[in-house]
Parts: sequence; structure tokens; C-alpha cells
Amino acid sequence: MKYMLLIIANAADGDGQAAGCTPEDWMAYDKQVRDAGIFVSGESLADLVTATTVRVGPDGRRTVTDGPFAETREVLGGFYVIDVPDLDAALDWAARCPGARDGSIVVRPVADFAG
Amino acid sequence: MGEVAAGVEAVFREERGRLLAALVRRFGDLDLAEEVTSEAIEAALVHWPATGVPPVPGAWLMTTARRKAVDRLRRDQAYAARLAILQVEADRAGPVPAVEPGDDLPDERLRLFFTCAHPALAAEDRAALTLRCLAGLTTAEVARAFLVPAETMAKRITRAKKKIREARIPFRVPDADEWPERLPGILQVIYSIFTEGYAAVRRVDLAEEAIRLTRILRRLLPAEREVAGLLALMLLSHARRAARTGPDDVPVLLEEQDRSRWDRCLIEEGCALVPVALTGGPPGPYGVQAAIAALHDEAPDVAGTDWPQIVALYDVLLALTPSPVVALNRAAAVAMRDGPAAGLVLLDELAGEPLLRGYHPYPAARADLLHRLGRPAEAAAACREALGLAGTEPERALLRRRLRRIEQADA
Repeated sequence: MKYMLLIIANAADGDGQAAGCTPEDWMAYDKQVRDAGIFVSGESLADLVTATTVRVGPDGRRTVTDGPFAETREVLGGFYVIDVPDLDAALDWAARCPGARDGSIVVRPVADFAG
Repeated sequence: MGEVAAGVEAVFREERGRLLAALVRRFGDLDLAEEVTSEAIEAALVHWPATGVPPVPGAWLMTTARRKAVDRLRRDQAYAARLAILQVEADRAGPVPAVEPGDDLPDERLRLFFTCAHPALAAEDRAALTLRCLAGLTTAEVARAFLVPAETMAKRITRAKKKIREARIPFRVPDADEWPERLPGILQVIYSIFTEGYAAVRRVDLAEEAIRLTRILRRLLPAEREVAGLLALMLLSHARRAARTGPDDVPVLLEEQDRSRWDRCLIEEGCALVPVALTGGPPGPYGVQAAIAALHDEAPDVAGTDWPQIVALYDVLLALTPSPVVALNRAAAVAMRDGPAAGLVLLDELAGEPLLRGYHPYPAARADLLHRLGRPAEAAAACREALGLAGTEPERALLRRRLRRIEQADA
């Protein structure tokens, strides 16, 4: 199953690069995604109600919430489309993404028009 | 016939969730599982009064439901193809346990508990889904329990199920390393159902459903101490239900409750669970709260309550779950142990806590201590502040009565 990981950076850091994350962090993550054999590409997105948000706080704890439905000033800094068995696996990859530490990752299933 | 019908009802209460969970596991689809669960139960209602309840009702229902599902999939090939893909993915997670002939259903409810309490679902949807899928309530019953129109609840449940299906929230028991994060989620959903029933006096149903759900969870997870703790906490609170409210649903304070009306059976069962919850590892928040409830339930009256022990338990609870509400309860216990002046010092330290702003028990507790200290003008002011914040009419009625008592003492 394909999921799009929308990498949301805080508005204060408009270039999409999460503060506190080095280019090396991003390169390491990118390598992990590719080595795991789950890397895909961009796809169209399913209904907004299927979206889930993950945030990782300074203490390393993960928060997963429904949404987003409110207007925000956050900036989309980049995305991954990955192919994994289920939402829990997608959430694990999202939590490992460097962008989750300063900003957040929105995980959205890609619409499957074939089934 | 009446006897069989009653037997049928009892079986369904117990088996509905198990049947649904086993079918979700088999087909990987909540909608199909719900549809054929209902059809199997309808078939039982037709056949059992004539033939009698079969020796293994669960297996009978499972066989019937699976036959209905196969029929449904034959009629709808596109649906079947989609499910086949789902099933391939589900089978990767492990083999489907076989139902032995003559055996009852495999118990797959733990998976369903984790799915219904998944953090990717909205909090209110988790409680509704858990009641619907695991307690076996109809959508209309869930709607009545939460005092929302049936259509609103139907939409909410449909939306949550759509998310499970389309975002593919798995039906799985998380790996051991995820448990510390995920099990409290299930307990929190059940406790929110309990407190919802506790808050509205006439809706005893929800509190009892929550207890029933926790009993199921305890059978599934006998070694999880916080499950025992949650069950104990709910039993020990529910034991006071008959004494907790007076006429017109006005709450009765703990010190004024008629303790002869407390349910001794529930207290005994709850107290027996407290040591289970508190031994064999570090204590959890539900176990500690249960221990506090047990000390209240076992005391002959307020004066005979072991307040030093209660304060010590609040210290533990505050370390586990730091919150101003716990600190407020601790201050009230300190006032009982060391006198109202000591309690008031602690309460005043909490002034300005954003979480207590607008929380009427805070000024109400101050009013009580100021009254006991013989400072009626300040007590009355605090009581009026609480009156302005209280959300329900029974709560306001109780505060008005306390205000009158303060004013009479002043006169």
C-alpha cells in the first residue's frame, strides 16, 4: 500500500529544511527509505479524512493525531511516497523522518483507483 | 420459548464481539464482518427458538457468518478482488488460526481493541467504535449514550470506518516495544467511556459497559497490571453509585454519603485486584488511583480514613502523572491529614494554573477549607466563584446548598 509522507516545516523556516536537522540526517533517511525497498514517487491523494499527523517532541515521544482540518501557516517542505503493508508501518517511517522532529509529517494513503 | 430467547440474548452479548473480531481477522474488512455478524445473529434468532441453542453457539455463528460472507463475495466480484488483496497483506502478518470442529471461536478481540483505540482515529471516534465493535452496542445505543442524534453518530462511525479501511489501519496486536505507547491508549478509551457514564448520573449503562470491556481485556491480558488497576479503579468507584447522588441527581460529597449503600461485592472484588495491580513492577497510574479508591471504600467514615496513606499515594500519582488536578486532590487529602490551613497553603500555590482556570472544583475546594478555617466571607466568595463555573444544574444545586451553609454559619 502506498502512502505519501508530506513533510511540513514550521513557517519560521520557510525553505523546508527543519531546524536542527542536518543535510546528513536527510541523506541518511533517504538511504534508509531506498535500501528498505519501499521508495516510490508522487501520486494523487485520497480524501482528507483519511489523513493522520505525527509529531515528535523534544523528548523523542511521538504524537499521532487525526487531521489536519484547520487552516495552518505551515509549509510543505517535501514529500515521500512509500509502499508499505499498513498504516502502522507508514507511521514508523514518518516518525523516523528528520522533518518530524522540528515540524511534522502528514501521512496520506494514495488513492487506489484500480481496486 | 422465552427461556431460549433469553439464552439467545445472553449468548449474543458475550459472542457478538468475539464473532466480529474473528470475522475481521478472517476477511480483513470491518464492514463485511459487521454485515455478516448481524446476518448470522438474525439467522440464530430464526433457528434457535425452534431447534434450541446449539452446544457450541460461537462455532455455529461463525460457520453461518462465513457462509454468508462467501455468498456476499460471490455476488460482488470487484469487492472480492479488493478483499483478496487485503487478505494477502493480512496473511503476511501470520497464519489465521483454525477453528477446530467442536471448539469455540478463536479470540481475536485484542486486535480489534488495538484497532478501535488506534491513535490515528479521533478520540471521540475511538470510544464510539469500541462500544460498537467490542461491547456490541448498536449505533443508536451509542448515540443515546453520548447524547447525540443517531444520524450524527452514524456519520461519525462511518467516517472512522472509512479511515480504517482506506488508510489501512491494521488489525494487529502491536509488537512488544510499542506496548508502552499503545496499551495506555486502550485503557484511556475505556476510562473515558466510564467517566462519561459517571458524569451523567442516569447513564449507568456506560459505566457498566466500560467495566464489562475491562473484564474482557483482563481475560485477554491477565499479566498486564494496569488492566487490573483500571478494573479495580472502576469497580471501587462504581461501588458508590447508589450513594453518590441524592434527589434530583444532586451529587453527595464523599463525607456525606451513606456508606451502608455502597456495594460491598464490588468493593471486595476491587480491593482484591489492588495488590495484583501494584506488585511485580513499578506502579501505574490506574493501580495507584485504585489504591486510593480502596482506602476510601474500606474506611468506616471520613475520620477513620487513612489520610496519611492517601497523601502518600497522591505523591506517587503526582510523580507518575504530574497534573494540577492531581495536585488539587492531593491538597484536599493533606487538609484532612494536617488540617485545613496546610491544605489551603497548597491550594494557593496552585492559583494561576491555566488548567485549573474555569475548573469549578478548585474554588469549591478553597471554599470548603476557608469555611473550616472560620473565614466565612472569603469562603462565600470562593463558593460563588465555583457556582459561576459549574457546568450542570445538579452541580450548581450542590454548591448553592454549600453556600447557604457558609452564610448560615456566618450569621
